[in-house]
Amino acid sequence: MLRKTIICIMFLLICYIRAGEAEAFSNQVIQKGAVGDDVIELQARLQYIGFYNGKIDGVFGWSTYWAVRNFQYEFGLPIDGLVGESTKVKLVKVSKYNEQFVKEQIRKGNKFTHYGGKPLSQQAKNKAKNTTRKTTADNVPKGFSRNDIQLMANAVYGEARGEPYIGQVAVAAVILNRLNHSSFPNTVAGVIFQPGAFTAVADGQIWLTPNETARKAVLDAINGWDPSEGAIYYFNPDTATSGWIWSRPQIKRIGKHIFCK
Amino acid sequence: MVRAFLIGLLSLGIIGTAYWGYREHQEKNAVLQHAENNYQRAFHDLTYQVDLLHDKIGTTLAMNSRNSLSPALAEVWRIAAEAHSSVGQLPLSLLPFNKTEEFLAKIGKFSYRTAIRDLEKEPLTKEEYKTLQKLYKNAADIQSELRNVQYLVLKNNLRWMDVELALASDQKPTDNTIIDGFKTVEKNVESFSETDFGPTFTNLENEDREFARAKGKPISKEEAKDVAKTFLGLKGKEKISIVESGKGAINRFYSLTIYDPKTKTETYMDMTKNGGYPIWVIDNRPIQTQKISLNEATIKGLEFLKRHKFTNLELYESTQYDNVGVLTFVTNKNGVRIYPEAIKMKVALDDGTIVGFSARDYLSSNIIDAVPKPKLTVSEARAKINPNLKVMEERQAIIVNDLNDEVLCYEFLGTLGDDTYRIFINAQNGIEEKVEKLQDTEPVYGNV
Repeated sequence: MLRKTIICIMFLLICYIRAGEAEAFSNQVIQKGAVGDDVIELQARLQYIGFYNGKIDGVFGWSTYWAVRNFQYEFGLPIDGLVGESTKVKLVKVSKYNEQFVKEQIRKGNKFTHYGGKPLSQQAKNKAKNTTRKTTADNVPKGFSRNDIQLMANAVYGEARGEPYIGQVAVAAVILNRLNHSSFPNTVAGVIFQPGAFTAVADGQIWLTPNETARKAVLDAINGWDPSEGAIYYFNPDTATSGWIWSRPQIKRIGKHIFCK
Repeated sequence: MVRAFLIGLLSLGIIGTAYWGYREHQEKNAVLQHAENNYQRAFHDLTYQVDLLHDKIGTTLAMNSRNSLSPALAEVWRIAAEAHSSVGQLPLSLLPFNKTEEFLAKIGKFSYRTAIRDLEKEPLTKEEYKTLQKLYKNAADIQSELRNVQYLVLKNNLRWMDVELALASDQKPTDNTIIDGFKTVEKNVESFSETDFGPTFTNLENEDREFARAKGKPISKEEAKDVAKTFLGLKGKEKISIVESGKGAINRFYSLTIYDPKTKTETYMDMTKNGGYPIWVIDNRPIQTQKISLNEATIKGLEFLKRHKFTNLELYESTQYDNVGVLTFVTNKNGVRIYPEAIKMKVALDDGTIVGFSARDYLSSNIIDAVPKPKLTVSEARAKINPNLKVMEERQAIIVNDLNDEVLCYEFLGTLGDDTYRIFINAQNGIEEKVEKLQDTEPVYGNV
């Protein structure tokens, strides 16, 4: 009787654990570029069995991509770098994921790893600093850092915060067009801080704290949207002081700004 | 008693104010002086660099040995870049001074291209030699003009701050020396801008690309609205306003603003006038929390492209920013990726609708009728890449190289240490056309 009960309990326990594991990932197919809890779990599991040596940061970047492909190769799965049902099932079968440990380390902002066969207590360096972030990295467009984006958002907010959204994207696009133009400096900071180039820089409005809209506008421009259609100048016809600017060929008007070549 | 006390208090106040004012004045002057010094430094640096540039171009002219020519041209390139950066620090953006900057950029590009070329195999052509001679002469003109301005600046103690203030307020400054001097420099360069830099130099200006694919009859504003309705799947209740592009636009286009009274949000769209091809769309609606995955977004994106007759496109890159997926699709013609034909899309991850579309690259790419046959096999091409690189993926692809030509390449994706690289080997002659280190994610600083 006692043995039966124990077996029964163990069986239930196993069922419970298995069920818990199967629930692990959500239903989504995870692909490169994705962000979030599923990616954290994916990285932690891949690290557990030694396929992934990078940081568990919750962003599906190149190193995660290669880890997934190597995993698919080793386990005879179709090698496509996509984490679908079969890859997830296989991964859950061969690895463990201590969600509580991983999430806690991320919340605390600690440096940590999640390898199998090594006590977890040895894999974390405490920094004891609480953050509210879910991931410890971000996707950034190629060639731009988050700080570049911030600087541009500052400039866009200072220059065009009263403009419609599309006008803000266009101002950000002008900064980028100058970056690629032979007549202007080659760095984000060089273009923005070129003396006399932007009034918001001259009068210090660039140091206002930009809002989320300005940041979004900058991201859209960097990702390839150019509402200015290739403009490298713009001006407000009501306040423009330089006569020369009127001689530039005009492309279009958005809100209060005229964009020109 | 009270009076004496009040007088004392007031005089104390006056003395205090005077002292405070004096300090403020001093501080202001210190700050102004600091800014002035920065301008002075940039200006004197510039004259020195143009001097040096002139000298170095002169040396390259006298050189015969190719072994010394390459480093000398590299030197010219470096100095031109420095001079360019100095110009960028001067308060001249309100002055039409862009020709000079362009001139410096062109010298830089010309010397760079000739410096990296194997001059043993491909020596300087006659035209290139002539270009160098012309550059030499122009540099001399600019140099003497700048030296003259510099002399006057030093002699008369001219201040750049005054120039900046004068330019900003559009007043005639009392002493025009600096502005006049730079205007002369600019004029000098203008005569140069028609110079022929040789056949490899035709495409330095890739800013003004025409839409090679926007063929067809010009459409009317009403027709443009209809195109927008089908492309965006509008219900009919939306208010559409439309304006035509200004005279400065290379490609004539319409700009549409679509206001949806139900959601109270605006969608913006530009469309070519010829043929009515959508250039880009941005829907600026607020996006709720994520409900669908990046993968589902990709499928939605592909469906959208198919619906609008963009065929043979495949996903090249996908990235999630908060609750938006940004996707890049490129053409795949019989297994060959054609990178210039790229379309970008933004998909909202709350309900999977398309909130952004950009076909600018696609529209301005040249139409490739037939993909050429490669002369090299893939293993021959693989032998050309760094043996330390672990190749993970390979395929054929057409890219636009540094000279702005479309070339057929073998594309290799590989890892070296923790980094991932993308390498393009020309499939006809084995030249390493492009090597890029692919950016991984950026850790959050400050938090970690």
